[in-house]
Amino acid sequence: MANSASPDGAGAAGTHEEGAGRRDFLFLAGGAFGAFATGASLWPLLDSLNPARDTLAASTTEVDLAPIEQGQAITVKWRGSPVFIRRRTQKEIAEAKAVDPDDLPDPQTDEQRFGSGAREQWLVVVGVCTHLGCIPLGQKGTDNKGEYGGWFCPCHGSHYDISGRIRKGPAPRNLPVPPYTITAENKLIIGKEQPDGGQGGKTA
Amino acid sequence: MIRAPIRSANRTIRRLAAPAVLAAGLAAGAPFATLPAHAAGDAVAPKEVAWTFNGVFGRYNYEQLRRGLQVYREVCAACHGLRLVAYRDLAAIGLSEAQIRAIAGEKEVAGEPDEEGEPTTRPAEAKDRFVDPFPNVQAAMASNNGAAPPDLSLMVKARGGGADYVFSLMTGYVSEAACKKEFKDSQGKPLVPAEGQYCNTYMPGHIIAMAPPITEDGQVEYEEKGAPAASVDQMAKDVTAFLAWAAEPYMVERKRMGIKVMLFLLLFTGFMYAIYRQVKKDVKGQA
Amino acid sequence: MSTRAHGAPRNRTLKWIDDRMPIVSLVEHSLYYPVPRNLNYMWNFGSLAGLSLIILIVTGIVLSMHYTPHTDYAFDSVERIMRDVNYGWLIRYVHTNGASMFFIVVYLHVFRGLYYGSFKAPRELLWWLGVVILFLMMATAFMGYVLPWGQMSFWAAKVITSMVGAVPLIGEALTELLWGGFTVDNPTLNRFYSLHYLLPFVIFGVVILHIWALHTVKANNPLGIDMKGPQDSVEFHPYYTVKDLFGTGVFLLVFAAFVFYAPNYLGHPDNYIQADPLKTPPHIVPEWYFLPYYTILRSFTDDWWLFQVLLGWWGMEAKLAGVLAMAGAVAVLFVLPWLDTSKVRSARFRPVYRVFFWLFVIDCLILGWIGAQPAEQPWTAIGQWATIWYFAHFLVILPLVSRTERPRPLPHSISQSVLGGGSAATAASPMEATT
Repeated sequence: MANSASPDGAGAAGTHEEGAGRRDFLFLAGGAFGAFATGASLWPLLDSLNPARDTLAASTTEVDLAPIEQGQAITVKWRGSPVFIRRRTQKEIAEAKAVDPDDLPDPQTDEQRFGSGAREQWLVVVGVCTHLGCIPLGQKGTDNKGEYGGWFCPCHGSHYDISGRIRKGPAPRNLPVPPYTITAENKLIIGKEQPDGGQGGKTA
Repeated sequence: MIRAPIRSANRTIRRLAAPAVLAAGLAAGAPFATLPAHAAGDAVAPKEVAWTFNGVFGRYNYEQLRRGLQVYREVCAACHGLRLVAYRDLAAIGLSEAQIRAIAGEKEVAGEPDEEGEPTTRPAEAKDRFVDPFPNVQAAMASNNGAAPPDLSLMVKARGGGADYVFSLMTGYVSEAACKKEFKDSQGKPLVPAEGQYCNTYMPGHIIAMAPPITEDGQVEYEEKGAPAASVDQMAKDVTAFLAWAAEPYMVERKRMGIKVMLFLLLFTGFMYAIYRQVKKDVKGQA
Repeated sequence: MSTRAHGAPRNRTLKWIDDRMPIVSLVEHSLYYPVPRNLNYMWNFGSLAGLSLIILIVTGIVLSMHYTPHTDYAFDSVERIMRDVNYGWLIRYVHTNGASMFFIVVYLHVFRGLYYGSFKAPRELLWWLGVVILFLMMATAFMGYVLPWGQMSFWAAKVITSMVGAVPLIGEALTELLWGGFTVDNPTLNRFYSLHYLLPFVIFGVVILHIWALHTVKANNPLGIDMKGPQDSVEFHPYYTVKDLFGTGVFLLVFAAFVFYAPNYLGHPDNYIQADPLKTPPHIVPEWYFLPYYTILRSFTDDWWLFQVLLGWWGMEAKLAGVLAMAGAVAVLFVLPWLDTSKVRSARFRPVYRVFFWLFVIDCLILGWIGAQPAEQPWTAIGQWATIWYFAHFLVILPLVSRTERPRPLPHSISQSVLGGGSAATAASPMEATT
């Protein structure tokens, strides 16, 4: 009697032998079922924390470029972060293009970042320091623009040039270029790739 | 040898009897106890419609939803909002990006203040939700004899009869004469709609402030090729189907996932039962 | 009891941990503690209640990350969860229907305890902790129902919190304290949200005490007699783990049927209308699990003869009487072990009690059914009689029955009854005569 209370008991010994294969199969399959069920029910909970549909839908920002003059910079909000837009002067563009990318911590030419032709005057970068997420200074005329005349991050001293590339300091990468489109009506749509395959945004 | 399993099965049945009866009794009582209370008195059971979205395998018919959207925009939207639905959601019923942009662009929403700090407006975009026809409740009441037209986003879920009720209401208007004959007010006198009121078989109390919305065949000219004739009945069904979708756009996804989950659980339960029998044999020496 | 030696762990790491905090021993104990070998499927509902609680807590935590507890945004934020958050509709439907499932399971668990006398010595504390859990569940469910800020949310909150106004002298001050204003409004919603988040964890704590008490006094069983030795028990694992898992499968099938194919069946359409403090819906109905209590509350009217005979003549208000009766309907469970004094636990051996048990079940169903009807005759009268029966069952019938009833002879032991075959008391089912 006492033995029948335990799976190892002698009372059940007979069935042990004959049912071994079936039992192993059942236990394994049961375990697999349980593991799958747990995993499958955790996924919706986790996925619900990803950006929701309305958040994704609101992820483009439109800016009218017409009123911005050469040398002027504005900051707009895109996906909750600042985007620096600057209409660069010919001198600034020439300066940005003169740099040999091989000398840079994160080698990139200005053309790779902002294209060429009429498009190259528009600098569009996400204004978040690639070091630890502070907002670099340099948008206002009175700001400290750093040693390379672009932006300077006050948190840990990263210097960016007039193409938004990292030149000095702890930041590992250039200020990212978001996907953007400049329409025929001189509107900037941030968050949308140029349909005709313009170069800007490729490196974001 | 033959008797033994029968006896054991018999014993199992007897052992299960009490809990099973208790469980079944309580389970059967639960839905019984939730019978809607507002079936009392003057409510008339709505007409039953064979919606495409009825039942376990029910789906929306997207062509019908697009016709319904057209009816909503041409007939309902002047008074009723749809504020929980976003224009972008219309992609799910088959509208193109350009069509959505066009529909949204007809409306204005508040924009960022301009440089002088003056408020601005901008055309609505795909990301915006349907713009209300009235700026606020007071305006809605003022233009509608003091009764603000309710928002329709959840209308199908917010009424006892669901889509059947909404359809019945739209097609359930009766003449003043018929109203007097058939319905009574709370004092038992013949029911007479006041100025600006209408008589409706399916409205609780039978008095409604909304004028009959769909009154004649062809009131809406269906744009899409192959659309059925725009009879009153058809238009009412189409717009109701659209509203059913608006209230529960994820229904198709829900039912599809449900089938997978139920099948998996059936397998899981069967397996667990098999394991249970096996363990029972091992532990108790009985199956 | 267990024939296996489950002592300290042999693995060195586990032993190291166990010497410092005996958590490994605790798990071992939970897995292998002795359980009566004859439990039927009614004993599945305890573990299912635990599972329901965990499902509710997990989905609730995720929902709270998307919800906004403000009267201006609550309704819309819930709809945003349904429409825009990935799988939001699934998580919310699981949460709302999960509350109903939790109550179904717990009610079955309670009725099982009533039928088999699980509240009797030495299980009084275990029973009390269970009643505390029921109280906490009711509070949590009520406050959770307010959060979507629909019409039923608002008016349920208004009606239930207005009950506090029945307290003599300080009723009005108490109500304002509860509301944080002059009616149910944003402060009320905020504090309900806070408490709705807090209470489930309190429930979880009490559940642990409940299980602790259970492991001390051991599970009751359909025969209601104590385990006398190892032959009467099996180790919890694997037999009852597997049996519970099978029960879990059946339970989840029912649960999923509601979530995927009738997600709003147990809810009320009016809660898809945003709360309007200026307009009460024509028929206010609580969630199904509160319907019996709601009937008891509504039974106390000024013109009810019983109220006038018992309480009205010395000036008590009917409102207060109704509120007290409603609370008393659950509170009476606390004293149940002293109302039913029969030494025999299981209704299997109590022919008279068994009849009254089923009458009580029917009475509860009637109370629930009346709760969904409008406050008109004949419903009110039926509800009042059902209310009388409810309290009479506990306060009059049980004390009398337990003193006068002659129970049937108990089997000698569980193992004899289960394995012995043929003997008089063997596997006596409650539904059949055994003599």
